[in-house]
Amino acid sequence: MNMHILGNSLMTTVQDLGRTGYQKYGVNVSGAMDPYSLRTANRLTGNPENAAALEMTLMAPSVVFDGPSVIALAGADMNPSAGGIPVPMNRPVYLPEGTVLSFGRPRRGCRCYMAVSGGLDVPSVMGSRSTYARASLGGFQGRTLIKGDSLPVGKMPEKGKKLQNILEKQKRKTAWTPWSAGIYPICESFLFRPFRYTEGLQYSDFSEESRTALERNRYRVTVHADRMGYRLEGEKLHLAVQKEMISEMASLGTIQIPSEGYPIVLMAEHQTCAGYPEIGQIILPDTARAAQLKPGDTMTFEKISLEEAENIYIQTEKQMRAMTAGIDAHIEQGGL
Amino acid sequence: MERQRDSYTIRSVGEASVLAVFGDTISPAVQKRIQTVQAYAEKRRFPGFIETVGSYTGLTLYYDPWVVAQSFPGKKAADTAGDLLDTYIREAEAASPVPSRNIHIPVCYGGAYGPDLEDVAAFHHMTEDDVIRIHTEPEYLVYMLGFCPGFPYMGGMDPHIATPRRQSPRLSIPAGSIGIAGEQTGGYPISTPGGWQLIGRTPVPMFRPWDETEPTLLQAGDHVHFYAVSEEEFQQIRRQKP
Repeated sequence: MNMHILGNSLMTTVQDLGRTGYQKYGVNVSGAMDPYSLRTANRLTGNPENAAALEMTLMAPSVVFDGPSVIALAGADMNPSAGGIPVPMNRPVYLPEGTVLSFGRPRRGCRCYMAVSGGLDVPSVMGSRSTYARASLGGFQGRTLIKGDSLPVGKMPEKGKKLQNILEKQKRKTAWTPWSAGIYPICESFLFRPFRYTEGLQYSDFSEESRTALERNRYRVTVHADRMGYRLEGEKLHLAVQKEMISEMASLGTIQIPSEGYPIVLMAEHQTCAGYPEIGQIILPDTARAAQLKPGDTMTFEKISLEEAENIYIQTEKQMRAMTAGIDAHIEQGGL
Repeated sequence: MERQRDSYTIRSVGEASVLAVFGDTISPAVQKRIQTVQAYAEKRRFPGFIETVGSYTGLTLYYDPWVVAQSFPGKKAADTAGDLLDTYIREAEAASPVPSRNIHIPVCYGGAYGPDLEDVAAFHHMTEDDVIRIHTEPEYLVYMLGFCPGFPYMGGMDPHIATPRRQSPRLSIPAGSIGIAGEQTGGYPISTPGGWQLIGRTPVPMFRPWDETEPTLLQAGDHVHFYAVSEEEFQQIRRQKP
């Protein structure tokens, strides 16, 4: 079976949970910007969490499958509809062959993940199907999808077949389960909470005023916000004393401050090393939340201890696992 | 997690990585320590170990806090990861340092492959052949890879051919281009925008994603030698490659 892309969009790529193990060769991890939503969408279709799916940014293309399929959408709500009927987020949705799935403007969030049972069966490159467009690596021909592309869909797993069997019987063209998954971390209240960070490598080299300014001010996401990183606008930040930097490690969530003073938050396709001073390190669950910010949205920051950061990570993972176990239980019990 | 040892420090950077820092200046000795510890650690992956990344002065170990906490109960994941990194460093430094590889890279200098060679020679009031001779003479050391896949940060260039970046960067530099920027020299493994002075091009692929065990021509710690080849040899070598 194939998935056909019927329209153009801004930035639609194939992503899984990323390409680890190659940062020492200068190859970043890439992968879904909001991995929690990708994992949710995958589990809702009976896929392993790491299956390749679509990451659609701000504007999604219409798509159609040339066979019956079970899909799920998680992350940004882009007003999805199938054959003209609105379909819900965060549920397994059955689409009869040839049903056109289309989208509107995002109601909230920025990135929507569409998983299809069986996963997108593009070749695995260096252990991942994620697209790293700047290096023309992975995904579908190493690039953003355009109108006319056809992507192979993998073999439907047992759980997917189970969902299909149940949903097909509902005598509706398009059908979905009455239950849905939780929607961490994309609900409105989450998006505008402060982004929590721990001290970055050069935190103590920043002036007292700059350290305070980061916590007290609002920063706006500029149009220079993509999978590599977000440039922010707001109060400028500076080192107490200017000094020459040697390129050091840089990670997902690093807040670096170039000499002009405006923060840059590093995202999934960041460079593996960087030469700017680093004031903070956004905790990983909050970088997933940052993936749902659009240009023009604001960010506030809150410094926490490393111990808190670790606890939040582990709590988030616990919630995630409880949620996916719940999905599995629903599917096991007959899906309805 | 923060620990001070005689010749290095270990600290957490965020909740999913620990960094060991071995110095505050760029030096071959520090590079060798990082390379040795990295090789040692990569062979002793613990549950939750994701990967290690070397830089000029440090080695970062990325881990999954959930898996580490599950596998080493009763302790903060950051402490577990930091302790393990500390152990790797002490054990690796008791063992012998890893040998460096010698990599010889053919370069077709000047002409269409090195459009800035003429300018670089003029900048230093020397001939193009002088620049080639000076560039092919030293043994270079790859300190780390970064910026883009397979891009080497190398040291060892003769300052006599150090040249400022171009005033206006090129929108696209062909893969394999060898260039100079300030006191650095290096090669572009993939086509990308850039401001380096391009003095030549290598026919050998510097990034080869099809080779999952050795995806880049160069690795941190490699000793690199450039040698000049003619345009015919360039084409010949290119045809040999997959």
